[in-house]
Amino acid sequence: MSTWHEYVQKTGKVPEWPYPVNYGQMNEITTDVLVIGGGVAGLQAAINAARMGVKVAVLERGHAKRSGSGGAGVDHWHGAVTNPCSKVTPLMYTNACYDSMQGWTGAHVRYIITKESWDTLRECEQMGIQIRDVKDEFKGAPFRDETSKLMFAYDYKNRHVIRVWGWNIKPKLYEQAVQLGVNIQNRMMPTALLTEGGKQGARVVGATAVNTHTGEFFVFKAKATVIATGGAGRLFTFEPEVTASSSMSDMNSAGVGQALGWKAGAEFVCMEASGQGRLSGHAYAPYSMGNTHNTYHGTPIVDADGKEVPWIDVFGNLLNTVDDRFLPHGKQDFILGEGIGIGPYLQQFRGNDLTHDLVEKIRKGEFKLPLYADFTRLSALERRCIFGMMVGNEGKTRIAIYDTLTKAGFDPDKDLFQAPVTMPEGYAHPNFWSTGVNTAPTVRMLGGGGFLVDWDLKTNLEGLYIGAGGNLFGGGCHGESHTTGRYAGKHAAAYAKTAPEPKIDKTQVNKEREFAYNATRQSKEGNGWKEINAAIARIMRDYCGRYKNATTLNLGLRLFNELKTAELATAYASNPHELGRLLECYSLVTLGELVMKSSLERKASNTILDFIRLDYPAMDPPEWNKLLPVRQEDDKVKVRSLPLDFHLKAPYAADFEENYQQHTTK
Amino acid sequence: MSEKSYMVPNPPTPNKAVTFNPDVCIGCNRCVEVCPTDVMMPNPEKKKQPIVVYPEECWYCGGCVEECPRPGAITMLHPTQQRISMNWKRKDTGELYRLGMNNPPPPNLRPPSGE
Repeated sequence: MSTWHEYVQKTGKVPEWPYPVNYGQMNEITTDVLVIGGGVAGLQAAINAARMGVKVAVLERGHAKRSGSGGAGVDHWHGAVTNPCSKVTPLMYTNACYDSMQGWTGAHVRYIITKESWDTLRECEQMGIQIRDVKDEFKGAPFRDETSKLMFAYDYKNRHVIRVWGWNIKPKLYEQAVQLGVNIQNRMMPTALLTEGGKQGARVVGATAVNTHTGEFFVFKAKATVIATGGAGRLFTFEPEVTASSSMSDMNSAGVGQALGWKAGAEFVCMEASGQGRLSGHAYAPYSMGNTHNTYHGTPIVDADGKEVPWIDVFGNLLNTVDDRFLPHGKQDFILGEGIGIGPYLQQFRGNDLTHDLVEKIRKGEFKLPLYADFTRLSALERRCIFGMMVGNEGKTRIAIYDTLTKAGFDPDKDLFQAPVTMPEGYAHPNFWSTGVNTAPTVRMLGGGGFLVDWDLKTNLEGLYIGAGGNLFGGGCHGESHTTGRYAGKHAAAYAKTAPEPKIDKTQVNKEREFAYNATRQSKEGNGWKEINAAIARIMRDYCGRYKNATTLNLGLRLFNELKTAELATAYASNPHELGRLLECYSLVTLGELVMKSSLERKASNTILDFIRLDYPAMDPPEWNKLLPVRQEDDKVKVRSLPLDFHLKAPYAADFEENYQQHTTK
Repeated sequence: MSEKSYMVPNPPTPNKAVTFNPDVCIGCNRCVEVCPTDVMMPNPEKKKQPIVVYPEECWYCGGCVEECPRPGAITMLHPTQQRISMNWKRKDTGELYRLGMNNPPPPNLRPPSGE
């Protein structure tokens, strides 16, 4: 007996909620630094703040031992350019990101990441994460350095992306945080940031939250706060029955951190940016099928008759060996690597790829479906590294893929691993399992916009810092989340050491408490959270999809108000779990409004942001080559304009290293 | 001979996400404790396996399986739509396999790198 259905039908009884429920019961926690979000970024923030001798509390939505997008593991670590084998410098890497994005990424955040990524990884090693081939399993491999025993991905010449055995990285961070005495509060759904006087734009002095096991209310009082939350996979599409198993962000990713910040008056940029929702759409279980991208980069692909698909370099020249797939060619500077939150890549930093006429050749019948990944064509070391080291340590692969498939008899030494069978266009990108072609173009995902921060990773609000991958303008993926979390945690601790005592506004607390339990007081006839979430996603797809104009955006905002005052206001939660999910729906609405309001401010279409305004169809007019930071003041949108290279303009120095040296904590 | 029928909602999709072996599970609830999305809840009866309440919220991180002190007590079960998609072909014989098939081939016992 495993499921609720079995239980009910065997016993004839509906089981009672297993935890004591005390809706609204007050708890108060006072701390120096509060970290909202206990994923890899949040625990790094907590650990590093605690090491500076301040009191730290973490407010976590799930359970911090294994939660968060990065909590499921990691197999390669980006931006480690200061490792002893790297031929790339922080400036080279930062410029490669900034130039590839044509300026539409926070280069100061990228620079901080590249300066400290390797140090952060070494600290993970001290916590017990394997980052070197200590057992000499891969001795002599072209991707291994024989002295340091480090192993590299994507670019075996320039050696700045490190392959790591990170399946247990989250439990190790958790152990460290517990050892340092961090007060970790699990199962917490945050509802608001507390500000001085309860005013939008004032100093942040803590947060309120509801426990989703007990329903109790928590007030966190803090001198400094770090937001370290993730993305919002449920904003544009909500069909967990089909898509939760294919997603790389779990159900808790509901834009909660962004919503908290927006309501408190924090400034955001590029929230109008979005892209087609590859990973949140109708994909296959991550890494579960033949492909040659990311973790599987370089794996030979053959057709149904065993004919191999050729590889080419970025100039279109055929590559003859597997090793060539991991090297820059011609005048290329270095290969930047995949999965760092960069959309387009300039030619000199792009990776090698399957031949670009594959789609055409499938249509003509030159390659016959289905395609397969043929690991047997790899050297024994590369094969073991891809399926055994990387698959086995990457997020959602150790149990879900390696353990499951090997127990079922799959053997990369003997078997061809089938790719999805889909439309020819589905093979245009080597990540076949994420099958963007199955996802309607209206289904979007947030695309690189986020909190606007300064060189301290501090927001415009006093006391509020950001450390994360998904919600930070200039953030990236797994390693970037660790590194920015660590940096933000240190700065928050430094601020907390001299900051005045926080003053909580009782009126704000009471208002939040009253609001938080609304759904428990409604009629049982009210809507449930899934019904509401599906409606939110519908509004976003229809009124803020790929094509929009001022009228659709304003209609979308109107419909959000309709939803808030009708179905959402009367929605019913029958237990603390449902209450948490309904409160997330409020966050999703707030985030949706932020995206729509940001979209209204950009009166121009933009290629890099994948942003199309039907009422301003001209693409990329130069006068709109600027950031448009937005924030709320008295619940009204305030917008200003900022040059793309603001991070090197007054009040900052004109040089990356000079700014970094002025702002880093030693 | 039929069991009593109940008015119950349709089984959720996916049906299970994880499944328990009651002979191995000791009902310690460590999987319940770490699940990021509360897919499982403790069984009202002490020392019994947890109950899967919200399988559609599972994102298949595998943390519950890693956390389990009794190997084999909990098994992750990909949704059928994913299991039916995970196919492979033995290169020298052309035999076709898939995750979840009847009469599967013998397991590949090689552990992941680092073990």
